[in-house]
Amino acid sequence: MSKTKRLLAGPYLLWMIAFIIIPLVMIAIYGFTDKTGAFTWENVIAMVRPEHLKALWLSLKLAFLCTLVCLLLAYPLALILKAGGVKKGSFVVMIFILPMWMNFLLRTYAWLNLLDDGGILCTLLENLGIARFSIVGTNTAIVLGMVYNFLPFMVLPLYNVMCKIDDNVINAAKDLGANGFQVFWRVILPLSFPGIVSGITMVFVPSMTTFVISDLLGARKIMLIGNIIEQEFSTAANWNLGSGLSMVLMIFILISMAALNHYDKTGEGTSF
Amino acid sequence: MKQEELALKNKGWHQFSWIVSVGCLMAGLILSGCGKKEENTGNYPNGEVKVYNWGEYIDEDLIGQFEEEYGIKVIYDTFTTNEEMFPKLQADTSMYDVVCPSDYMIEKMIQNDMVQPVDKSKIENYKNIGTAYLKKMEEFDPGNQYAVPYTWGTVGILYNTSMVHETVDSWDILWDDAYENEIIMQDSVRDAFMVALKRLGYSCNTTQEEQLEEAMLSLRDQKRLVKAYAIDEVRDKMIDEAAALGVIYSGEYLYCKEENPNLAYAVPKEGSNIWFDGWVITKDAQNVENAHKWLDFLCSAQAAYKNFEYITYATPNLAAQEMIEEEYRKDPGIFADEETINRCEVYRFLGDDMDNTYYEYWKKVK
Amino acid sequence: MKVKKFLSQIYMTLIFIFMYAPIVTLIVFSFNENKGRRWSGFSLKWYQEMFESEMIMSALWNTIIIAFISATAATLLGVIACIGINSLKGKARNAYLAINNIPMLNSELVTGLAMMLLFIAFGISFGYTTIIVAHTTFCIPYVVLSVLPKLRQTDQRVYEAALDLGAKPIYAFFKVVLPDLLPGIVSGYLLAFTMSLDDFIITHFTKGAGINTLSTLIYSEVRKGIKPSMNALSTIMFFSVLLLLGIGTYGPKWKAKLRKNEK
Repeated sequence: MSKTKRLLAGPYLLWMIAFIIIPLVMIAIYGFTDKTGAFTWENVIAMVRPEHLKALWLSLKLAFLCTLVCLLLAYPLALILKAGGVKKGSFVVMIFILPMWMNFLLRTYAWLNLLDDGGILCTLLENLGIARFSIVGTNTAIVLGMVYNFLPFMVLPLYNVMCKIDDNVINAAKDLGANGFQVFWRVILPLSFPGIVSGITMVFVPSMTTFVISDLLGARKIMLIGNIIEQEFSTAANWNLGSGLSMVLMIFILISMAALNHYDKTGEGTSF
Repeated sequence: MKQEELALKNKGWHQFSWIVSVGCLMAGLILSGCGKKEENTGNYPNGEVKVYNWGEYIDEDLIGQFEEEYGIKVIYDTFTTNEEMFPKLQADTSMYDVVCPSDYMIEKMIQNDMVQPVDKSKIENYKNIGTAYLKKMEEFDPGNQYAVPYTWGTVGILYNTSMVHETVDSWDILWDDAYENEIIMQDSVRDAFMVALKRLGYSCNTTQEEQLEEAMLSLRDQKRLVKAYAIDEVRDKMIDEAAALGVIYSGEYLYCKEENPNLAYAVPKEGSNIWFDGWVITKDAQNVENAHKWLDFLCSAQAAYKNFEYITYATPNLAAQEMIEEEYRKDPGIFADEETINRCEVYRFLGDDMDNTYYEYWKKVK
Repeated sequence: MKVKKFLSQIYMTLIFIFMYAPIVTLIVFSFNENKGRRWSGFSLKWYQEMFESEMIMSALWNTIIIAFISATAATLLGVIACIGINSLKGKARNAYLAINNIPMLNSELVTGLAMMLLFIAFGISFGYTTIIVAHTTFCIPYVVLSVLPKLRQTDQRVYEAALDLGAKPIYAFFKVVLPDLLPGIVSGYLLAFTMSLDDFIITHFTKGAGINTLSTLIYSEVRKGIKPSMNALSTIMFFSVLLLLGIGTYGPKWKAKLRKNEK
């Protein structure tokens, strides 16, 4: 019986080989060859060139910042939602699912209406007598855009995991004399750890590799590693270099995520 | 096991998630159904033509007009930069029939054997094109074999006269500390380097690395004054008075001036770039005949005039120029005068290696 | 206790404002007469223009049809795969799940690029098929992760009991197992649908000539300034979803109330 069942894993296995494994092999092929098709390490080593390292370092910094801010914003929210019971579910939907039905480029672009010179916030500040200024084109704007776009990916896993914490466990800890902080530190935090891990994964990866948000809110003065790679493909037409760089980026991300997931012993991949 | 299911376990949620998905689907089908229907009512006995053009670079009414008059369905797609268009086409030139790249890219495509000669006998309206323009275009398209000009213009400085009180006649003003955070630069390799190279007195087609290095250093130095690097957004930012000075294509000037009368345009004395965007037919085009018809249509005085009204880029079509009001026709910002044209240089394709070198230097700027 | 409640109310409101500030500006500007950033009077002209623009309408159609097909394909493949995975053990299972996780852990950028290179290498011309294949690929992992845990919770013995009672395996699956999986399948489907709908990066790299989804259309407009008719479309979509959500949550309650009143 289970033999037939096992066969059912087949179609997707073929699919995965065709559309997950082979494409990655393609990237590797392009990454390890030059324009004439000869083998080279150059495209991979290119990552340590100063202009690339600078972009990588900046991406790392901003992605880290964004993940941290998301975590700090989402954790209290998840706690509040837990305390409020399941009814708050519709709040989560309102806040995080509904906006997704408005195109994310449009939403991010809308921030320009608020932040740019002559935008609403700026005009407001100007009218209040504060000098005209705009954060568009700064790292702050990019982090803001990232937090805005990726916050849901932090809240949902945290909320999930919080919902599963049995209230009896918390009450038991209280009965046994734990104070509020102890309950949080010794009970809630460890139990919510898997949620934290998947939240970090879900936020860190896209913010590390985005090129759209930096494009829109960075006034194109700021080049993240995503921009560099995207432009190697779209404007510089140097696919080999682009592939080499994205391969390095991919390996970098996979290793850090594997390290992170190591702490999450329940396995079974990322949750959402 | 950490994730039982997506958020919310309660049944209510699943219930309305069903409703949402089904409902949205219905709503979408109904909404887009309106659009679909219209599409199907048109009948196209003469097949189709696949057009690849810059975004917002045609009066969309013209597409419908062409479809109606010629009975040819237009499959229309857009790109934002020459560099984005090139690899797509290189992978498969039969993807589009007729494309509208700029001068140096046309040269590159000719060299890469991606285009086919245009049969001018099939383009009745070709006679409308001014010979002076065709002559200038021979620099990158000898014998005018491949390209039919669509628009032309210069690159210059758009400035806000209420914020800039001196005469603007030199690229130096873009390096003036007085305009910190008031400058918008072009976010394309060639245009940005052209500004720096011309300012230093070099050719914008230089292949000497020392000159590029020097230009790169001066651009890097300029970065602290730059508010944003932009391509088409320069227009809106200048209209919104978000900056005092912007490097822009002459074609945007008329639109900007109409939206904000404080804006003026100047081509610096050190010289600049004169550019042409022209239509080419791809090597493996599947609808060569229809592509010629498309070109013929766009070369008609009426279509070229309508297009000018909409996109405000100068047209090389003399018959159409006659229809344009004198106020615009005589404005050197829109139709550059001879003296200005003589100061300007056309971009040339410098070879893949040199392209790469330019790009590597550009990355160093940022 | 009251203070705590008050504080959490404030916190939730702030988050709400943060998430909705740009959306509100979007909606407001869809009624702006002018194209620019300044308010110059109320107008519905962008709504009219939106319905008249063939480009927007076909992009909307593409977006929805692509989301629908990829989400359906992903759900089918995903559910079948889950049953298979559930019967796998040990290393095979782990390897399978590890590959399944790649698209999620990998950035969209790399996934999109890799897909593009694949299609070019095998000479597959870009079109609907390439987009749908790419979307299906990145959607399946989400389906698997929604369904697999459900499958594990189902009691194998119920299924076996059904078989013992003479049900054919297929029949037993549809009658016994599927109902238990349904919530997982629905959320997986919805998730896949939403992800596909909102995707830009992967579509950007795998789309062909003349095919735009809303995302790619908007991106091509970004540099020229997005037309407010896009805002108009988003506003309509937003309120339709909101309406449906409202019906979904409150509908049953009203129904119950009505019934009560009748009695």
